[in-house]
Amino acid sequence: MSALLEVAGLQVRFGEVAAVRGASLTVNRGETHCLVGESGCGKSVTALAVMGLLARGAKREAERIVFAGQDLRGLSDRAMSRLRGDRMAMIFQEPMTSLNPSYTIGSQMTEVLRRHRPGTTRARAVDRAVELLGRVGITAPGMRLGQYPHQLSGGLRQRVMIAMALMCEPELLIADEPTTALDVTVQAQILRLLAELQRDLGLAILLITHDLGIVARVAHRVSVMYAGEVVESAPTAALFAAPCHPYTRGLLSCVPVPGKVRRDQPLGSIPGVVPRIPPGFAGCAFRDRCAHARAECASNVPRRAVGPGHEFLCTLAPDWACAEPVPA
Amino acid sequence: MNVAAAPAAHPAIEVRDLRRVFRVRQGLFAPPREVVAVDGVSFRVPAGSVLGVVGESGCGKSTLARLILGLLPPTAGEVLVDGRRLAEMDRRARARLIQPVFQDPFASLNPRRRVRDIVAMPLVAQGDIPREEIGRRVAEMLDRVGLSREQGDRFPAQLSGGQRQRVAIARALVLRPRVVVCDEPTSALDVSVQAQILNLLAELRRDLGLTYLFISHNLAVVEHVATEVAVMYLGRIVERAEAEALFAAPRHPYTRALLASVLTPEPGLGVPDVGLGDVMPDPANIPPGCRFHPRCPLAFARCPVEAPIPIATATGIVECHLEDRAAAAQPAAA
Repeated sequence: MSALLEVAGLQVRFGEVAAVRGASLTVNRGETHCLVGESGCGKSVTALAVMGLLARGAKREAERIVFAGQDLRGLSDRAMSRLRGDRMAMIFQEPMTSLNPSYTIGSQMTEVLRRHRPGTTRARAVDRAVELLGRVGITAPGMRLGQYPHQLSGGLRQRVMIAMALMCEPELLIADEPTTALDVTVQAQILRLLAELQRDLGLAILLITHDLGIVARVAHRVSVMYAGEVVESAPTAALFAAPCHPYTRGLLSCVPVPGKVRRDQPLGSIPGVVPRIPPGFAGCAFRDRCAHARAECASNVPRRAVGPGHEFLCTLAPDWACAEPVPA
Repeated sequence: MNVAAAPAAHPAIEVRDLRRVFRVRQGLFAPPREVVAVDGVSFRVPAGSVLGVVGESGCGKSTLARLILGLLPPTAGEVLVDGRRLAEMDRRARARLIQPVFQDPFASLNPRRRVRDIVAMPLVAQGDIPREEIGRRVAEMLDRVGLSREQGDRFPAQLSGGQRQRVAIARALVLRPRVVVCDEPTSALDVSVQAQILNLLAELRRDLGLTYLFISHNLAVVEHVATEVAVMYLGRIVERAEAEALFAAPRHPYTRALLASVLTPEPGLGVPDVGLGDVMPDPANIPPGCRFHPRCPLAFARCPVEAPIPIATATGIVECHLEDRAAAAQPAAA
């Protein structure tokens, strides 16, 4: 599988807060890469940095941001906006806030295509919108085109967002918590839809989530982020079978799993809260919450390889976890 | 901590045929629509247990919580807390018996008051508690929920989400109520913080002998904390059972679909097909017959015509015509 998006050494700063501190990740064609972490860990900022959508005042630096062989770092705003919505598209958590409430679904969907493919007739764009609404499982798509976002349920709105993102046949879809605002039953439907579209269209998906259940079920590869760094990266099966970073292990033990965690027993938890990291911070950002923290955690932390494609950022030896039970 | 040791003769919460209808205006000239948010709900929660209430958004679970808290008057039916009619109590008496913990600690705490004053509020509102005692009980409660003395002097905006939820819990418990209604208490929190709060709630229940009504859309969380679970669909409880029985052998097709949609962190299983179709439930337009029939994969001729009645099971009830059929097929089965 070939790499479609490669990010290396990404740093994003908002004034005195380092939001992303040297994150690297690769999304292959036809693959779902999940970026997982708690709020404030920099996962959404990473996605926005790739799309060139950071708020004014943010500073982005990177060793590499390569999309389909093209370096995105040097691109002008205009070149970037030609790419966005065309070859790379993004969907957000709350579809109500990312759809314009005063335009119909139809006019918002056709605008994408007509903007990126000048010369497309209105009728052709409408046909494409109808086709895609049908493709994402919306019944009576012709009628939906005339409706406004507030007339649709949350699940339907997210389907509309997905259809809109697909208008120009993108190669990369970045989905930022696409199902967090939805009911569990609808969440399952949307995730199935994304997997199906990936199979049929060969999409690469960068899926941002805080939910380890979603990661386990849809990801091919996982990157766990903590305080602006990717602390562990692995193929999904390897990550869940042998999590190495103490943070990954802590996160897994926090999730109640029906039938696995005994009801009268306390859940595992990570003491403390996610820290704010000032620029120039050295060492492991997790050390204040880590049960295995040692003196050397305050200096440079090595990135260690465990298995094929499986790395973690820690001073512990790669096989330290073998002596410990896998968290339930 | 001294706990009321005598076993209560009454259930901590009893709800009898509760119904709440909202009238929704549809514009200047259109007649108002009726939205039936809670439609004939009855149950009892024994003291010391946890009733988990699950269901999709719009199923009426938060309305149910507000009715039980006395924040909304019911259209019909009644609520008894600790054997006493809620409607006959004044606000102060109600506050001593039952307290809420809401989802969003950002919205439920006054941003202009210090944590200490927020927690003291229910005691002050009682009107007859001396100041020294208020100070003592607030300090004790902050300590109990894991907040430091120094955090008591801060404002909510200076605390993290988890700490704010601890403040909300301290405020709910400072009057030593019998019952706490938790409406999505951890939905706004990160998983690691959620685990801390769930552990705290479990510990407090054990130590203070509390009864919880625990509302959540997260079934894995409910499975972990609840002793009994009620599944709501469009205002009705379609299945209620002991937690273990419900998760081991769900009977209602809706319960099965909900359980199937839980994504546990087990790789390789993929995303399940919940088989519910695209029809979304609309509380303003409740289908005739069984209200679940338009989405039910097992619906048959009787479902759109006749509303099912609750049928007793080993540990609760289920409202489904399939149960009738099963009973008719095996009349000997007890």
